[in-house]
Amino acid sequence: MTILLSLIVGLALFFVIGHAARIALRGLAPAHYKPTFRDMPLTASFGLAVILVYVVVAVLAPVIAPFGEGQVLGGQYLPWASPHYLGTDKLGRDMLTRLVYGARNTVGIAFATTALAFVVGSILGIWAALVGGLLDQWLSRFVDALMAIPALIFSLLLLTIFGTSVLTLILVIAAVDATRVYRLARSVAQGIVVMDYIEAARLRGEGMWRLIRREILPNAVAPLVAEFGLRFCFVFLSISALSFLGLGIKPPTADWGSMVRENATLITFGDITPLLPAGAIALLTVAVNFVVDWQLHRASGLKE
Amino acid sequence: MNEIWRFIGRRLLLGILTLFVISVVIFGATELLPGDLARELLGQSATEETLAQLREQLGLNDPAPVRYWNWLTGVLHGDFGVSMATKKPIVDLVGARLGNTLFLALYAAALAVPISLVLGILAALWRNSIFDRASNALALTSISFPEFFVAYILVLWLAQTGFFPSMVRITGSTTFGDRLYMTFLPALTLTLVVTAHMMRMTRAAIINLLASPYIEMARLKGMSPLRVVLRHAVPNALAPIINVVALNLAYLITGVVVVEVVFVYPGLGQLMVDAVTNRDIAVVQAIALIFASAYVLLNLIADVLSTITNPRLMHRR
Amino acid sequence: MEEQVLLTIKGLRIEGRSGDQWHEIVKGVDLTLHRGEVLGLIGESGAGKSTLGLAAMGFARDGCRISDGTIDFDGIDLRTAPEAVRRGLRGKRIAYVAQSAAASFNPAHKLIDQYCEAPVVHGVMSREKAEADAVELYRRMRLPNPEEIGFRYPHQVSGGQLQRAMTAMAMSCRPDLIVFDEPTTALDVTTQIEVLAAIRDIVRQFGTAAIYITHDLAVVAQMADRIKVLLRGDEVEEADTRSMLAAPREDYTKSLWAVRSFTRPEQPPASGTPVVSVRNVSAGYGVVDVLKDISFDIHARRTVAVVGESGSGKSTAARVITGLLPPRKGEVLFNGKPLPPSFKSRSREELRQCQMIYQMADTALNPKLTLRELIGRPAEMYLGLKGKALEARVRDLLSLIELEPDQFIDRLPGELSGGQKQRIGIARALAAEPSLIICDEVTSALDQIVQEGILRLLDRLQSELGLAYMFITHDLATVKSIADEVVVMEHGVVVERGAKTELFDHPHEPYTRLLLSSVPEMDPDWLTRLLAARGEHA
Repeated sequence: MTILLSLIVGLALFFVIGHAARIALRGLAPAHYKPTFRDMPLTASFGLAVILVYVVVAVLAPVIAPFGEGQVLGGQYLPWASPHYLGTDKLGRDMLTRLVYGARNTVGIAFATTALAFVVGSILGIWAALVGGLLDQWLSRFVDALMAIPALIFSLLLLTIFGTSVLTLILVIAAVDATRVYRLARSVAQGIVVMDYIEAARLRGEGMWRLIRREILPNAVAPLVAEFGLRFCFVFLSISALSFLGLGIKPPTADWGSMVRENATLITFGDITPLLPAGAIALLTVAVNFVVDWQLHRASGLKE
Repeated sequence: MNEIWRFIGRRLLLGILTLFVISVVIFGATELLPGDLARELLGQSATEETLAQLREQLGLNDPAPVRYWNWLTGVLHGDFGVSMATKKPIVDLVGARLGNTLFLALYAAALAVPISLVLGILAALWRNSIFDRASNALALTSISFPEFFVAYILVLWLAQTGFFPSMVRITGSTTFGDRLYMTFLPALTLTLVVTAHMMRMTRAAIINLLASPYIEMARLKGMSPLRVVLRHAVPNALAPIINVVALNLAYLITGVVVVEVVFVYPGLGQLMVDAVTNRDIAVVQAIALIFASAYVLLNLIADVLSTITNPRLMHRR
Repeated sequence: MEEQVLLTIKGLRIEGRSGDQWHEIVKGVDLTLHRGEVLGLIGESGAGKSTLGLAAMGFARDGCRISDGTIDFDGIDLRTAPEAVRRGLRGKRIAYVAQSAAASFNPAHKLIDQYCEAPVVHGVMSREKAEADAVELYRRMRLPNPEEIGFRYPHQVSGGQLQRAMTAMAMSCRPDLIVFDEPTTALDVTTQIEVLAAIRDIVRQFGTAAIYITHDLAVVAQMADRIKVLLRGDEVEEADTRSMLAAPREDYTKSLWAVRSFTRPEQPPASGTPVVSVRNVSAGYGVVDVLKDISFDIHARRTVAVVGESGSGKSTAARVITGLLPPRKGEVLFNGKPLPPSFKSRSREELRQCQMIYQMADTALNPKLTLRELIGRPAEMYLGLKGKALEARVRDLLSLIELEPDQFIDRLPGELSGGQKQRIGIARALAAEPSLIICDEVTSALDQIVQEGILRLLDRLQSELGLAYMFITHDLATVKSIADEVVVMEHGVVVERGAKTELFDHPHEPYTRLLLSSVPEMDPDWLTRLLAARGEHA
């Protein structure tokens, strides 16, 4: 019954937020971008609105949060009541506060990791596609071999060896993820490299750097941006999974994955508090996926 | 036909080569450490004595290629070494759990593959309908959920009401039926996560083909939409669909780890997480190798299958 | 011929969607077709002829909708009839033959399975009978090994044969009407003849009515009893074939006729050192030689057309000259001096001298760069122009290719028409101030009237700037209008070369004769005469 009720409330919220965001975006967008937002589906406007809220919460965390990040305030597992609107956790820290700080820590770390993976993977991928030959062969075979080990398993292996600190976590996940970005960037670039205009530029005698910068990158941006969204979702979920397993971001840093782990026992008593951080993860991933899906759909529509 | 056997032979060789490279990566990863593995494992406070003992135990005094060779020959003879944490042979730890994990993965696959193929084909058939849009949004949503979120929602919903157990206890006397009943929630969790992916990719593979001239031709021959999709689109989408299925079955392997932890399921994933926490490197290496082998095997099967279904490769000019 | 009306279309309007807006593709066209009659639909790209042809089957492509008018097929209103009724007609009483048979046969099934599908599903005949019937029709379509060919997969059969197999498939239920949508456009000229003859024979034998869609006037002259000319979704005029060919009424129709009238005046014979000299070149990919010991020269102020069908090696020859494919044997001389085989080892000056214009302007221009950068870059690189001087040069070049500089300089390629894009390709080549321009099928993706403009422009530039052209094409009409010398290639070998008039009037080699005689002519009796003449020789 509660499930059904929350489903209805959720759907209603989705429509309200989606519609409101769409109207706002259409109104506020500069004239040049207006057509972009005109036929935006509800899912996409909802996604954009949610992402915006997360960003604001992450940036303003200390202002929004009622208490300090690691502040122990007494009673454990307090119920939802003022001043602890979402109760307290195992150690008696304010749940709402930790949720707010989680936006900063979890999302921030995931974003940094994705960015790192992206820079490394896409530069290597485009380079390999452009140069071709032996370099491409060796690099691609090596990446293929690495990709034959499932991502989470490979991450676990590396974390065992290098230990679990935030820095190793970022480096390990970025390294594993860069292989996936490399694959995509290489195939996107390969699609561009066979175009006649690249042949024309080569025959003109253009250098490597100019070929990448002026001829390939401008045409690869759209698929790469969409891929960035997808990779972010993947990284975000991986880091959350690792934290949930106790191998990612460690307490006392407020992090959504480990918050679920710490408070999981409550679920067996029918208390949904531990699901809140899990829901926060899910909501952001849904939002990003919605926006990416819209972008991909637009890109494929424009091609025809 | 000779061409096909040659292709399969080549692909098999490539698979073995990949496995070899993977074993080097898995074993060699420890060499990436700037310092000493023993000190890294025991921490700065360790005494020289305990360090020496650990080095002896890990065989760190031999050069790396020798250690790799010993490890590899051991693995090929079914000997993965000894767990540092429990001092038991790794084979004994892994044995029963491997069966449990395979059971769970196959259970989930048996549910997910038919459901997602049917849903994917229906979504392609009724593309842009309400059904298509709703299932697409729903699929995107469930892809976005972390496995533990799905798992706990199911626990809250189905286990709280007492329909299904939220923890799995398997003993020697558990019957097959009981097993199916007890592992239903973990299997359902995996199914939900994987189905969405598989369905979306199946739909995309078919829709990709629907713009082809031969599909238009079939419609202009007066064929019904169902026949157009089943007889004209699906046979050509087999290769991508096979790859989609393989990719997602491989994904099950990863998903198993988190789900096993949530449901306290006695499988390899659970064991691996414990081993990572204890930094029991030999166990982690063994399990990583097992998972990676399963992954390579799946891809191998998918490649061979999609070759056999391609008339261009089967019937040369 | 019976004067019984089979198909009547009145006031037909069809809309296509781009984004969330609908625009008209077909703007109120009427059409009447009698039993056993062949109607030719002719027009350039965007005329709406394919859309109209499909509408005759009560079919609109995804993203299109029939918005107004009536389509009456033998007493059945195809617009209001339920989808099930329309489906029952398609493939059974109205059949379709597509442009590319290679893409329109399902790669996963054998030809005979695809042949039998319509008769069996529509309940016309049993599978056994359909198979026997297929062999009979394959024989009538003059396919080799009619008993066996049906058991092959599409990729195992050549393009010309596939097109005939597709016509046979369309005939499988003995329909009343067949829509032919450019069935020979993708074929080489020598193959085209066989397909045209086979289609014409079978349509006559069964007394089938047909709508024959094409952009090629000479082809439609052979096939159609009546011709309807379309322009941007409107009917221009309609008349029976002979009277339309003899006396077109409308200006647009006359301009279509006039397209091939442009001819370059005779040039004085070439002398001096050739700009480019290809000497005994053999080249290829992997172990296969695509070019076998070819030689030819190109002189300044002259146009050498390299002619051949697909697979003849004409584009490979261009890749050898540009240095993309270093030859195995032989060499390329530039003004008498040997060029380094690979473009990577050529100097900037050597690269500048030889420029290229591509067939598909869409893929030859980076879609993210403005015309300013596209055209300006070679001038900046090779001639060191910067700032004001560079801008002035780009403007000059735009004027030279007859585009208004103020209006075009900051546009992206996506904002141009096909012909304008091709002009930008020319301007980019000119910006390097080269002595040789290689034109690779530069007009084959364009409509005939646009082709004419491009050819005239290239001709004018040649006389003004003294350029040498290497003109790669499969289209002999283009060769006739622009070439001074012709090099005929087949299977990687130069079959014959010589001055244009000499070669066209007195071809020596059998292949050259076959190629020249296969080019359709406007005369409606041309195909009949040609087949008769060839029949005598055979």
